[in-house]
Amino acid sequence: MLAESLVLSAVLFAIGVIGVLTRRNAIILFMCVELMLNAVNLSFVALSRLYGATGQVFVIFVMTVAAAEAAVGLAIIIAIFRHRQSVNLQNINLLRG
Amino acid sequence: MLITAPTGAHPLADTAARFVWLVPLLPLAGFVINGLLSLLAAANPGPADPSAAGHGHHADGHGHGHDDAHGHDDPHHAARHRFAAVTSLVGPAVLLASFGLALAIFLAMRGVDMHAPYVQTLFSWMPTGDLHLDAAFQLDPLSMVMVLIITGVGSLIHIFSVGYMVDDPGYPRYFAYLNLFVFFMLVLVLGASYPVLFVGWEGVGLCSYLLIGFWFSDEANANAGKKAFIVNRIGDFGFLIAMFLMFSHFGALDFAGVAAGAEGLGLGNVIVTAICLFLFVGCTGKSAQIPLYTWLPDAMAGPTPVSALIHAATMVTAGVYLIARSATLFSLAPMAQLLVALVGGLTALFAATIGLKQWDIKKVLAYSTVSQLGYMFVGVGVGAYTAGVFHLMTHAFFKALLFLGSGSVIYAMHKAYHATHNHEDAQDMRNMGGLRAHMPVTFALMWIATLAIAGIPVFSGFFSKDEILASVFARAQHSTLADATLFGIPGTAVLFTVYVLGLCAALLTAIYMTRMMLYTFHGPNRTGEAERPHLAEAPWVMTGPLVVLGVLSLAGGWFNLPALVGFLGPVGTLEHWLEPVVGAAQLTVTHGEAAHLSHSTEYALIGAAIAIAITGILVARARCRPEALVAAKDAPVEKGIERVLLHKWFVDEGYQKAVVTPTVGVSRVVLWKGLDIGIIDGLFVNGSALLMRTLGWFGSQLQSGQVGTYAWVLVIGAVCLLSAFRIH
Repeated sequence: MLAESLVLSAVLFAIGVIGVLTRRNAIILFMCVELMLNAVNLSFVALSRLYGATGQVFVIFVMTVAAAEAAVGLAIIIAIFRHRQSVNLQNINLLRG
Repeated sequence: MLITAPTGAHPLADTAARFVWLVPLLPLAGFVINGLLSLLAAANPGPADPSAAGHGHHADGHGHGHDDAHGHDDPHHAARHRFAAVTSLVGPAVLLASFGLALAIFLAMRGVDMHAPYVQTLFSWMPTGDLHLDAAFQLDPLSMVMVLIITGVGSLIHIFSVGYMVDDPGYPRYFAYLNLFVFFMLVLVLGASYPVLFVGWEGVGLCSYLLIGFWFSDEANANAGKKAFIVNRIGDFGFLIAMFLMFSHFGALDFAGVAAGAEGLGLGNVIVTAICLFLFVGCTGKSAQIPLYTWLPDAMAGPTPVSALIHAATMVTAGVYLIARSATLFSLAPMAQLLVALVGGLTALFAATIGLKQWDIKKVLAYSTVSQLGYMFVGVGVGAYTAGVFHLMTHAFFKALLFLGSGSVIYAMHKAYHATHNHEDAQDMRNMGGLRAHMPVTFALMWIATLAIAGIPVFSGFFSKDEILASVFARAQHSTLADATLFGIPGTAVLFTVYVLGLCAALLTAIYMTRMMLYTFHGPNRTGEAERPHLAEAPWVMTGPLVVLGVLSLAGGWFNLPALVGFLGPVGTLEHWLEPVVGAAQLTVTHGEAAHLSHSTEYALIGAAIAIAITGILVARARCRPEALVAAKDAPVEKGIERVLLHKWFVDEGYQKAVVTPTVGVSRVVLWKGLDIGIIDGLFVNGSALLMRTLGWFGSQLQSGQVGTYAWVLVIGAVCLLSAFRIH
């Protein structure tokens, strides 16, 4: 059971990474980041069977922080969209050196 | 002032000699006072201050006593400096006090055994590693003689300066420099080690620069100052190397330590010879010998009393003093001695030939000084240190008299031209003539000095010059010098050559000095009708010092009479006096026996010298026709050899082409354009900036602002890190 859970977690994480690397839409990127976080959550939960409840405590923390992060992130994306009428990340390079 | 008691009870310890530190300190105090007065006047220009228009460009000689050939019609010319009265008092007073103290020390020193010098340590100067150097003064007979000459003749020249310079707008500045010069000169002769001597050596060079360029608003004067300084620096480089050699081979820099080290190495050692040769390089700069003599004639750009003090009586003799002070070293290096004597002889003759055709009265005296310095180097070169120092002393008397006399003449000429607003050259002898009637005192005194320098018996120069020539003659036959060789030529041949050079120079000396006197004081007056009534003798403050110097020039020979004329007075006073310092070194040169010539030889030599001097005067009398001379503005252009002599053998032009132009060229192309602009500015300063900018450009290219790129970099980095951990 543990092995399957960890494999699933790894697959989910890889999908998230590939999404972050390949997609240009900020919303999709954001969802991929959430996917990666939840993949990690899954492995925490799976491993807590072996190593005690610490992993589950971590998961609660991660979800809390992720919720806050999602709120701030979405707000930023909306602000950008209002400003530029687009959330395509290729056009957003204000921090270029 | 921190004074530590000298170790061991020297017989001088409880006498006036314990105040020896005051001797140089008094002129230094004069410098401080006069310097402050000068600065004070410059900072607050009062309404009556002649320099109110601007301190920086006033000093082009509006006073009566300047040597500037142009003469100015300046409404301020009569206005004196606000502090002229104080300066007139302080300037000479510190020197006279110093001279008084020196006399007291001299009296205390008489009858005391001076084989060990009296050393007074002021403070520890350089206590580093193996080198422990004290700022210490050393009193011995040699430095005593020098101190008496410097403060004595210096006092007279200071008093003369009061009359000559009082109307100059830079009067306190002038006396500040003059006092500072005397301070450094006294440090030079009182120093107990080579580095202390070197401090004085450099200091007099600095003051020389300041005083030659005293009227610095005229570019030629400023250039003459720079030339003197730079040429002296070339010589100083030799002095420094000599000191480095001393330290590396003897581990000591004080006179006693170096002499002991040299004695340990023995006669003709290559190290000692090298040290002596490098010291002599320093001497050629400071004492104006071939090849570095060219600065001295240009130094006449300064006020005339400066020429008398620095470029005749004291500073230029520092080289002679240095060799006499290093007598032990030089006596152990016969090859170096031969070179010194040969260079001295060549300089004596060479400068004398140039003196034959100069028209500027001060230039004649300048070349005469170079020539007489050559004589002194012949003296110390052949190991006759007493003879060299004796000539130094008599030369200080008669050359100071000649320079101050010429200053008096220029003063009178300038005053006359000033009164009539004439812009002729006040120093050109072609404009003078017949001054005998107008300035009888100066005329008589200048003739005394002329007879002294020409070597007419009884006058001082006769005894000193004759002693040098006799010493050369004696040592050519029997001495370590005669046994040595110079560039493969036997010493005997070299010394006989030097003797002949000396005789020829003596002949020319008599000729050019008589010529100068004839053109200046005899024949018709060529100043012009309007100026003639204004020609007059200088005030007593100027002629007074001349009279004292006249007596010394006349009687200076009595300081060291030769045995041959023992009926005239005590024999060899200076010889006995200097015996503790240079006696042993002189005996080394003469194989341990006193130099000896048979009486008949000595009579023959003296006869030859007298005959040559009289011949010279007669030749000049026959050749120089003051009646036929025309004023400078109507004079024809010289041709042939006369032109070559007038232009000083074109040596300055040759140096310009061979040394100055290439140096300037190399400095411009290689050092300035190549090294400074190319390598330092281009490669180091701008190059490092360019390198950083390029690296920064590459760094900035990584920061594209694209989140996707950053994510890729992040992932690749994470993968790399993970695989690195895996490998471990």
